[in-house]
Amino acid sequence: MSELSPNAKKVIEEHIDRYPSKQAVTLPALHIVQEERGCVSNKAMKEIAEILELSPAQIHDTMSFYGFFRTEEDPLGKTRVWICRSLPCMLRGGEELLSELCERWGIQPGGTTTDGKITLELAECLGACDGAPCMLVNDELTLRVTADDVEKQVRGVQ
Amino acid sequence: MSDSEFKPVLLGRVGRPNSQSLESYKADGGYKALAKALSMANTDVIETVKASGLRGRGGAGFPTGLKWTFLPKDINGPVYLCINGDESEPGTFNNRVLIEEDPHQVLEGIVISSYATRTTTAYFYLRYEYGRCYRVLKAAIDEMYANNLLGKNILGSNYSLDIHLHRGACAYICGEETGLIESLEGKRAWPRIKPPFPAIEGAFRRPTVVNNVETMACIPHIIERGPEWFMTMGIPKDPNNPRDAGSYGPKLYCISGHVNKPGLVELPMGITARELIDKHAGGVWKGRKAKAVVPGGISMGFMSEKELDTPLDFAGPGRVGCLGLGTAAVIVIDDHTSMVDVLYNACRFFAHESCGQCTPCREGTAWSTKILERIREGRGKLSDIDLLLEISSSIGTIPGSTICGLADGAAWPMKTAINKFRPEFEEYIKSGRKSESRQLAGAH
Repeated sequence: MSELSPNAKKVIEEHIDRYPSKQAVTLPALHIVQEERGCVSNKAMKEIAEILELSPAQIHDTMSFYGFFRTEEDPLGKTRVWICRSLPCMLRGGEELLSELCERWGIQPGGTTTDGKITLELAECLGACDGAPCMLVNDELTLRVTADDVEKQVRGVQ
Repeated sequence: MSDSEFKPVLLGRVGRPNSQSLESYKADGGYKALAKALSMANTDVIETVKASGLRGRGGAGFPTGLKWTFLPKDINGPVYLCINGDESEPGTFNNRVLIEEDPHQVLEGIVISSYATRTTTAYFYLRYEYGRCYRVLKAAIDEMYANNLLGKNILGSNYSLDIHLHRGACAYICGEETGLIESLEGKRAWPRIKPPFPAIEGAFRRPTVVNNVETMACIPHIIERGPEWFMTMGIPKDPNNPRDAGSYGPKLYCISGHVNKPGLVELPMGITARELIDKHAGGVWKGRKAKAVVPGGISMGFMSEKELDTPLDFAGPGRVGCLGLGTAAVIVIDDHTSMVDVLYNACRFFAHESCGQCTPCREGTAWSTKILERIREGRGKLSDIDLLLEISSSIGTIPGSTICGLADGAAWPMKTAINKFRPEFEEYIKSGRKSESRQLAGAH
C-alpha cells in the first residue's frame, strides 16, 4: 500500500510546474506529507523521491537539515505548540513559560503528551516580539500569552 | 523633515478596514505605480530606484538599484527574483506586519521589481511560522491573477509574471541569500561560496536577485512619488566619506524587550535609540533604566546606556562598535537584567541556528555557549572572558574563516557585551553564584 494519499500525490505533482527543477518541490512535498501524517516515514521519503526523480537519500539529506520534520520514530502530536525563547521573549518571561508548560504537561521540549494530543517545542524567534512572550500553535501566532492562556487555547482547559 | 511632520508611508494603510483587499488597496491609489512603471523602460525603473538611494532593508543595507544592475546585460533565458520573507533575526517582525496588514503594497513592489529586472518568475520565500501571512498572500495573489495584475500581459502590457509562494521550515540560515536559494532548490540551506554572486549565478544556476520584503514595500512609493521625495527623509551621505551611501527614506523600527509599549514604528531613518525608546515606546518599563540596547537584531551586538544618543541610520551603530543597523530591531534590556544571561541567550541562539557547514562557526558558537553555561553554573574562570573574546575574533567572514555572516552575527554580541560590560562578567565569575534565570540548558 502506498504511504502517500492520492490527494498528497496530486498536490505534490501540481507543484512541479512552478520550478525549473523537480528537486525544488522537496520542501513543499515534505510539508504536505507531514501535515497529513504528523511525520515523514522512510517509505514516504522513497515515494516522494520517486515522484521527484531523486534518490531517497537526497530527500533524507534535505529533510534531516530542517529540525522541523519528524521521522516515523518520533511523530508529532495532534497539535504542535511552539514557545519562543529568544532574547525579546526571554526578557518577558518566555523561558519561565516554557518551563511551566513542561512541568504542567510532564514533558520536555520536543516531547509529546502521553495522550498524543500535544507536542511542545522550543522555538527561536517567532517574529512576534511586539507580543512577547509569544507562541505558535501549528502555524498561527498568538501574542502575549501566559501558561493559563496556552492551556485554554490548546486544551480547552479553563 | 521633523518626526512630528512625518506621515507613515509603509504603514500608512495599517488599521484601515479590509486593508488586505485589492479593492481597498486600489481605492487608496494602489497599482498606479505599477501602471507607471510598465509605461517606462525597465532600465529607467532601475535608474529611478538607484537615484532614490534606497538601501536593502534586510540587514546588509546594500543599494537596491545597484544590486539590480549587476545582472548581466544580455541575458538569454530566465532571471529569477527571490523575495526574502524568512525574517528570523531575533527582535524583527516588520515583514510580518507589512504582509498581514497590507500585502498588495509588498506585491506591487515585487511586480515592479520583477519588471525592472526582467524577471518572469518570482519566488516568495516565506518562513513557515508566518502561517497567517501565507494565507493573506495566497488570497492577495489569487486576486491579482483574477484582475490582470499577474499572469500574462499584465495591465495590457507585453509583460508577464508569475509569483510562487514557497514556505520555509524553521531555519534561520534561510535568511542568508544563498542559503535561501539552496533551500528553494530543495537542498540543505548551506550558504554558497561567493563569487559567483546570485546576480551572475543564483537560483537554479540562473541570474537572480534576492530582495527583502520591506525593500519591496518601498518600491511603489519611489516610482509614484519620485527619488527626490524619498531623499527628503533620512540622513544624507557624509560628504567626507566617499564610501558612505547615506540612509534615505522611511524605516520600520521594531521595538521589543523592556519597554512600556513594544511595537512597530515608522520614522525617517536616523532617529536616536533614546528618542525611539522614550518618545515612541513609552520609555523603559517599571520606571527602570536601560542597561543595554540591541540596535538592529541580536547579531548587531549591544549599545550601552551611554551610547543611546546614537542615530539609528546605516552608519550610526557601527560608530559605537556594533556590527551595523541590521534590521533596525531595537531590543531594550533593563538594569535589573544580567548581561551574562543575555549573552548566554544570544550565544545559544547562534549555536542552535549555525548550519554546521563551516567548522569555526559550528564549533565556535557551541563552544561559547558551553563556556557561558559553565559561568552560569558558578564554575566560570576569569580566563573564560578572554577565551570568549578570542572565539569572537576568530569566527566569521570578517576574520575570513566562514562562508557566510552568521558567525559574525554570533561574534558581535560576545565582543560588545564583554568590551562594554566586562566588570559585570568579572564580578559574576568571582562571586561563583549561579544564574537565577530559568533558561533551560541543553536542547541546542
